[in-house]
Formats: sequence, C-alpha cells, structure tokens
Amino acid sequence: MIDSNSELSREVIIVNELGLHARSAAKIAALANHSKASIWLKKGKERADASSILDILTLACEKGSKITIRIENKADADILAAITELVEGGFKEPADLK
Amino acid sequence: MKSIAEEIIIKGISASPGICIGKAYRVDREGVEIVEKYKIQAKDLSNEVKRFKAAVKKSRDELLGILEKSPEELQHAHILETHLALLKDKMLYGRCIETIKQENINAEWALKTVISNLREVFQTMIDPYLKERSADVVQVADNIMRNLTGAKQVNIAAIKKRVILVAQDLSPAETCQINLERVKGFITDRGGKASHTGIIARSLEIPAVVGLKEATSTIRNDDLIIVDGNSGIVILRPTENTLLQYEERKIDYEEYKAVITRDSKAPAESLDGVRLSVMGNIELPEEVFALLNYGGDGIGLYRTEFQYFNRTDFPGEDELFDKYKDVVEVMHPKPVTIRTLDINGDKALTNQFNYEETNPALGLRAIRYCLKKPQVFKDQLRAILRAATFGNVRILFPMISTYFEIREATRMLDQAAESLEKNGLPYNRDIEIGAMIEVPSAVIMADVLAENVDFFSIGTNDLIQYSLAIDRGNEQVAHLFQPLDPAIIRMLKHVADVAREKEIKIFMCGEMAGTPHHVPLLLGIGMDELSMNPQSIPDIKRVIRSLNVADTRSFLKEVLTQTTAKSTFELIKATYGSILSEQMYSEGRKK
Repeated sequence: MIDSNSELSREVIIVNELGLHARSAAKIAALANHSKASIWLKKGKERADASSILDILTLACEKGSKITIRIENKADADILAAITELVEGGFKEPADLK
Repeated sequence: MKSIAEEIIIKGISASPGICIGKAYRVDREGVEIVEKYKIQAKDLSNEVKRFKAAVKKSRDELLGILEKSPEELQHAHILETHLALLKDKMLYGRCIETIKQENINAEWALKTVISNLREVFQTMIDPYLKERSADVVQVADNIMRNLTGAKQVNIAAIKKRVILVAQDLSPAETCQINLERVKGFITDRGGKASHTGIIARSLEIPAVVGLKEATSTIRNDDLIIVDGNSGIVILRPTENTLLQYEERKIDYEEYKAVITRDSKAPAESLDGVRLSVMGNIELPEEVFALLNYGGDGIGLYRTEFQYFNRTDFPGEDELFDKYKDVVEVMHPKPVTIRTLDINGDKALTNQFNYEETNPALGLRAIRYCLKKPQVFKDQLRAILRAATFGNVRILFPMISTYFEIREATRMLDQAAESLEKNGLPYNRDIEIGAMIEVPSAVIMADVLAENVDFFSIGTNDLIQYSLAIDRGNEQVAHLFQPLDPAIIRMLKHVADVAREKEIKIFMCGEMAGTPHHVPLLLGIGMDELSMNPQSIPDIKRVIRSLNVADTRSFLKEVLTQTTAKSTFELIKATYGSILSEQMYSEGRKK
C-alpha cells in the first residue's frame, strides 16, 4: 500500500448534502476517464474505480465520509487535483437541491 | 368524442382477487421482457460484441436527441446526462462485453445477467437514495435491450405507466423476468387457480384472471381493459358507464382490503390483554401466501393428503420433503403443524384402496391406516423430520382413539429419526408432538394421552360427527350436526381442562374455530390457538380483539347451564350480539 501522504493520493471529505450520488459520481467519472492509468477511490476497506459511476455509487459515501483518491501514474496528478477540487467544492450543487 | 366499439366480456378463472383498469400489454409478441439465452460460436463473438456496441450507440444517440430538445433548466435533463454516462460505464458496458466473450453467450443474455447483478448490489444498500439508483440502471439497460432486440420504440411516458400483462401463458422463468413493478395485473389464456401465474399474482396482491382461452386473440396492445379478479372476468373496451362503475368498485375493494390487512397483521389480543394465536389450515404449499396475507400467525393444520391423490404409487420421501420444506421455509419462524396422512372415507386414494368399506368413517383410516402401512408412514415421518431443520415444525397425529396408537406413532417417529441418523441425513427430532382429539374415546382418555404429547388439537368436524352420531352428508340428519350442542361444549371444556392440568397446549383446527359466534365460547374454554380457513383469520382476530377473556369465562358458566344447542345460540346472541352484528356488517361489505 502506498502511503496516503504521498503525491499519488489525497484524502478528502465529502461536503455536499447529497453525498456521492449519481450526478457527482458522473462528474468524477468524466474526469477519471481521461487518465493514463487507473484512479481509485477508497473508503474504509473498500475501493472503487473512479471511472465507473456505478462502482463509485457502491461505496455509498454520504455527507461527511472520508475518502482517499489515489492515482497510479504521476502523469495523472492534474486529474487528482481536479477531482479533489470538485469534491472539496461540493460539486457546486445548488443549496436548495433536494 | 369518437364512438367506442361495444364492450366485450371475457370469462375466465379468478386466480387473484382485486380490480385493475389499464392498458393491455401483450407479453408474447411485442414485449421486450422475455430474453432468450443462446450460445455464440467463437468465430461470431466479435460480431455479437459489435451488435451490442451498436445497440449502445443507438441508445446514446436517442438520449442525445432527447437532451437536445429538453430545456436546459429542466431537472429531468440531469437524469438523462447520468443515463448517458451510465451507458458507457465499465461496470455495465465493460462487463457486458466481457460476459459475451467469456461465456460465449448472446448480448441480450449478457446484459440481463450483468443488470441483475448490479440491481442486487444496489438493493442491498441501506441509503434509500442509492437503493433507488438501481432504477436508473434498469432504465438504461431497458433502452439497450430494446435496441438489441429491435423492438419498437416505446416512449418514456409509456414506460412509466403501469400495464396489464396479456399472455397465452407465462412460464415460471418468464414470470420471473417480468419487471413486476410495472405490472398492474395479469391475464392469461391458459392456466388454473393453482398455476404459477396465479400464485405469483396472489403473493404480489395484484389481480389476475387465468384460463380466458381467447384473451390473446381478442385483445390488442394498448386496448383499455378491466380485470376483475374477484369474479374472474375481463372487460375489453368498457363503456363509460362500466368504467365508472368499476372505478367505484375498485376504490371500495381497496378500502376494504386496507382495513382488513391493516387489522389482520396485528396480533389478536383481547381487551384484557390475552393473546391468542390465529392460524390457518392449508392443503397446498401455494396457499401459504394467502395465509400470510390474511395475517395468519402460523399453520395450525397442514393437510398432507394432496400429494397422495390421483396417482398409482406413493410419493417418495424426497418428494414429500421438498413440499414440506417449501412451506416450512416460507413460514419460518412461524409454526407449521403438519398432520400426518389422514385418508378418510370421502377422500380414499384411487388405487391404494382396492376394497370398499361399508362404513369408511369407522374404517381403516388416518393413524390406523398408517400403522398398518409402516413403510408409507415412515417415508412421511422421515420427510417431516428432515423438513423440521428448516423452521418451526410440529407433528400432529390424526384420529387417535387409543393410547396404543399415540405410543406406536411416537415410537415410529423415533425409529425414523434413528434411521436418518444412520443415513447421515440432517433432521430435527426436537419437535412438538400432538394428538388430534376427534374421537370421543380420546376425550375420555385425554389425561392419559396428555402424558405422551406436547399439545392437543381438537378437530371439531369429526368430533361432532362421532359424538352425536351424525353424518353431515346425510340430508335427513344433517341439521342435527350442532357444534353448540351442550354435549360438545362439555367435551371441549373437559379436554381443555385436562390440557391445562397436564400443562400441555390446547388448539382447535376444525370449522368451529373459524366461526365468529363461537369465539366467545372458545375463549372462555381457554383455547391457546385457533386454526381455520385463511380467509376467516381477519374476522376472527377482530372478534377476539373486541372480547374480554375474564367475561367469557363467566359467560361459559352460564353456557354450561343450557340444555339445548338452540338455547345456547340464543344466549350467545343475547350476550354478544353487538359484536357479531358488526362482523355481519363487514361480511355484507365484502359482497
């Protein structure tokens, strides 16, 4: 296992109300689909392929969940940064969205 | 308004009650629900994958087309975007292609397998939002499937509408593949009450009419139809009048059902807090669903003769075991009281009874027959003991008239357990044993019998017949068959008193238990459990809830001073008339 502090991974907390639902997962997957190697989302012991919406959904991340985003290739560092920003920015959801 | 062709009424067999009104959906011809599975030759695999990809591309183009037309601010569009992304998702798209290649199967089947796995994953999720996402996956898959099979484009609004399935017949495999969330009801040309379709419909509580013969030849897709599962008819292209009438009936029925089910699932507890188990009598494993629907607390009498009918040989142990296991598993942890083979006068087996008895009611029947045919009996006992590992089983020996019989039956049960032990088959001998009390000699010997069993179950039909010496089938004397005859009431009380003294449980599984106006009496006598036709359960539960057990005990004292069945009935009416009239009112509404 790679040290979580390395440049290959980032720890983030889900801040948006709805958690990682289909739309937000779709946004992550859209970014991850441009990667050179695999990108993983880890929550507890489980991990999901960041390029699959369905796999991300199976992690069942509600608001407040702590997840680790990990890349396998340094060339994907931009994507790692973009996903981190997306998650930390709460996927720019309208506040009143139920 | 265009004039509508005259309405047509098609008669069939009611397989599941209820009324539904909606559009016909022909499953066999135009539906996409039924998926075939076939092998693909290695050389054709790449073409099959191409075919799949083409279907996905087509779905994608369709979605993009819809998206273009949708106003941007529409919430709906976001869902479509998600669907668009799902189309190419690894877990869907990637896995389907893998499945086609690895299993050498057609694209439709691969899609179906992948989807059902995904659905399972989502449905086990706790979060309700995520749980519902399986619906998105299914919608996307349906889209691809439609393009794969080349079925006609169905607009989205129609997909969301719930339809009535019209089919010649539905095999179990087909019924399982149908998306039941969208089905209001079923109608089929073939099949009977116990057909698979009917059973499924009953368990889902949706109306069904089967055996219509000409449904598929008369009804077209999108025809407006009314399915009346209560009377077993289908009305095609109903007039406005009929439609209005049925809308009302539908509402009435649903209200009635809501009241019944709301009440029936709750326990039967008297006003002073005494709880009674209200159980159902069944004959076929399929009846279990109805029993649970009516709020049965268990099976008080599972008649096992059915498997022995209409055949020349005896059913084998494994066959019996399968049937019992089905029932026991579904009912778990509720008790299932299996009564051993009770062949009686009016239900003689076709080929196994090769001589005529002049007086079958007093002849070789029930436990007498079983003790004389130890191999037949042993097969059944072994099957019961094996099924007992899957839930809560009790065994009930019918027609016990002597101490010898209960001793022999128990001894054979022990032998059956020993033989299972030797064969290394899993079994459970730790089950409750009961004796049917339906012969006057058993009533008199109740104290002796009680030492050898865990419970008594009173079979009132036979007990009345044998005690009053009345053949109910004989018109000349049938009116003398009186459950409220003081002799019967005293016998019931005696058996219940003995049971209490010997600390065993006392049940009743005859018709008497399912008759509302007998309930105050039975409560006073101190029954622990009543078992009846499943349909009677809600009413009996309601009567129990309106009674005070302490009151019924003092009422019983008064009953015991009566000298005729008639005066006993009058006393019940005078004391509990208000409760019973309420019950009669609800009976009236049902019709």
